[in-house]
Amino acid sequence: MSAPDRRPILLAGGRVLDPSQQLDLAVGDVLLVDGKIQHAGERIARPDDAEIVDCAGLVVSPGFVDVHCHLREPGREDVETIATAARAAVAGGFTAVCAMPNTDPVTDNQAAVGFIISQAKRAAAARVYPIGAITLGQKGEALAEFGEMVGAGAVAVSDDGKPVVSAQMMRTALEYARTFGIPVADHCEDPTLAHGGAMNEGAMSMKLGLKGIPAEAEEIMAIRDILLARRTGGHVHLCHMSTKGSVELIRWGKERNINVTAEVCPHHLSLTEDAVDGYDTNAKMNPPLRTPEDVEALQQAVRDGTIDVVATDHAPHHYDEKEREFADAPNGIVGLETALAVLVTWLVEPGILTYAQLVDKMACAPARIFNLPGGTLRRGSVADVTVFDPTRAWTVDPRGFHSKGRNSPYAGRTLRGRTVCTVVDGRVVYREAAEATRA
Amino acid sequence: MTGATRLGKDLLALEPLSPEQIRLILDTAEPFREISERAIKKVPTLRGQTVVNLFFEASTRTRISFEFAEKRMSADTVSIAASGSSVAKGETLVDTARNLEAMRIDMVVVRHGSSGAAQFLAERIESNVINAGDGTHEHPTQGLLDLLTLRHRFGSLEGRRVCIVGDVLHSRVARSNIWGLKKLGAQVGVCGPRSLLPNAIDELGVEVFDRVEAAIEWAEALNVLRLQLERMQAGYIPSLREYNRVFGVTRERLERAPGDMLILHPGPMNRGVEIDSDVADGPHSVILDQVTNGVAVRMAVLYLLAGGRPELAEAAKSAGKGRGGDA
Ligand SMILES: [Zn+2]
Ligand SMILES: [Zn+2]
Repeated sequence: MSAPDRRPILLAGGRVLDPSQQLDLAVGDVLLVDGKIQHAGERIARPDDAEIVDCAGLVVSPGFVDVHCHLREPGREDVETIATAARAAVAGGFTAVCAMPNTDPVTDNQAAVGFIISQAKRAAAARVYPIGAITLGQKGEALAEFGEMVGAGAVAVSDDGKPVVSAQMMRTALEYARTFGIPVADHCEDPTLAHGGAMNEGAMSMKLGLKGIPAEAEEIMAIRDILLARRTGGHVHLCHMSTKGSVELIRWGKERNINVTAEVCPHHLSLTEDAVDGYDTNAKMNPPLRTPEDVEALQQAVRDGTIDVVATDHAPHHYDEKEREFADAPNGIVGLETALAVLVTWLVEPGILTYAQLVDKMACAPARIFNLPGGTLRRGSVADVTVFDPTRAWTVDPRGFHSKGRNSPYAGRTLRGRTVCTVVDGRVVYREAAEATRA
Repeated sequence: MTGATRLGKDLLALEPLSPEQIRLILDTAEPFREISERAIKKVPTLRGQTVVNLFFEASTRTRISFEFAEKRMSADTVSIAASGSSVAKGETLVDTARNLEAMRIDMVVVRHGSSGAAQFLAERIESNVINAGDGTHEHPTQGLLDLLTLRHRFGSLEGRRVCIVGDVLHSRVARSNIWGLKKLGAQVGVCGPRSLLPNAIDELGVEVFDRVEAAIEWAEALNVLRLQLERMQAGYIPSLREYNRVFGVTRERLERAPGDMLILHPGPMNRGVEIDSDVADGPHSVILDQVTNGVAVRMAVLYLLAGGRPELAEAAKSAGKGRGGDA
């Protein structure tokens, strides 16, 4: 990503927040030169040739990193492409995203990994890191070539979209992944318990007459994975945790120094199964939205570090696919462009998280646990930076999304916190449209 | 609600209705019972109205009951069995809704295998929608006819003890019954293998009986649900034989009931499985009353929803898009 026309950028006069080095300056500057961070700290003299971005009243932080999203290309370019997702990412403040391999064909070999990387280069927005499949075709039968895929640029492996059903296969994957130092990201779901379920199992599913997915479908797999990580020493990363019980199990694992990390999605931190009432397919996702008790436990787990990162599980669908009977509608919502605002609105403003913790969960920790560049404003690191307005209120209108997806349970809601400017590799790749800047 | 005694645009479920609304339907059904006993069983109430019976799922009994109700009210009716038609070819529910809307029909009676399908249609078309059973959600007219049948025998449901026996987990009839009975002040019990009771059933404030003998001792009426035979293949119960031995409503068991007992069944019955023939045809059975009351209740619902529309076709046009019934 080298470009001859790359001018230095001075992000001037913002609140400089970088938890990776305990940096929190009420007013400071960040200078980016040649795609690297040259300075992040006290105000400095304006370099003559630099492009100046006025950041007064804004937060300047390491660029957000999403370790879990679905870009749909190849296979469903009508729903999303790597280019549209990469643009949605930078509009949401994400400078890097990890692409799950459940595309068609599945990303289970080095050529498929290379394809994603080349498409991402062409898009020239967010960095895109492919995640390779654990098993060939995500069929759960034979291991994919982790080494070849890592060589081509994959940063993790996952069969997300489905669980790794066989405990033996999961064990082997965790052992084999150690060779390459990559996490094995698992979609925790016991398929026999979750079978046919369309929402959380409980009073609401009973009222609506929808088959429920019990919390235990997730928890049984979570503890299995934690135990296998203990056995193998491999790094298991638990995707989209949704229950109070899962939080307790992760805590149990971490207390024993087992190599487990976990993510939670903004929707599981903010919405409950009540959002499904009226059969709203925009609230249909897997794992499903749970109870207020679960939401509270997840919020506390983010706060106390039991859950390491927030990931979007961005999952765009075609409008028509969601416009149907609830049980038959696909799972998932678009998430890249609302994640920041959901966290600000539901966690920071009520005092559950500080802005420093938010930046840690969205930028520093994800880069650290997936061994990615970025996630810090340290001198010499990649110049991936997010500038956001922490207080700005805006109303979610899916028609304005950069993603092709429109399926958002936040549509019509007024949230606070908005990305103003996103810099990737020392280049401004997103700047909020001027007319929207002072709404 | 626009008023405590109005129904709104649609009848989708009993859960959101007020006790007053349920009583209104039952009170309205009473005179319609008499119409069915006349020599000429017809009133002109819905003359000129078009009703489509849209059955995505086979149900001869419910469909015929609705058709009788519509014809006795002089409506023009069309019944569409959707299996094997355009739906099987992949036409979606939203396409169906658009087509219905384009045909300017007045009412739709819909039966669908997916929970929420009736609401889905109701939100997208101007016509009144009546849910004739959606997935495992609700079957409100069945619930109403059960209420009417019980009210006839008991006078009032206040404080009466009614137990639903069988597969509550998958039963839309059970859900409508539980909501309706509770709203009218009855005490509700459920009885069945725990594998066929929803986990969260306790939260509804119903008594749960593990043994049918205990349910019989407690209840004044049993609503015996049909056991779908595929539940056995799906592993919810070990065998039909065992089901009958543990949960079957038999004459021997009823003989030990402390008082009189009413027996309801939404039909069709699996005789010898959930209910024995001598019970189904015996003196306690009000199963045929249910059938009679089914037509009356459906007439009442059609009548009330039609009246809920702003002076029918012409006025509706000038009133603009009157979507979003409050039922
Ligand atoms: Zn997943
Ligand atoms: Zn996912």
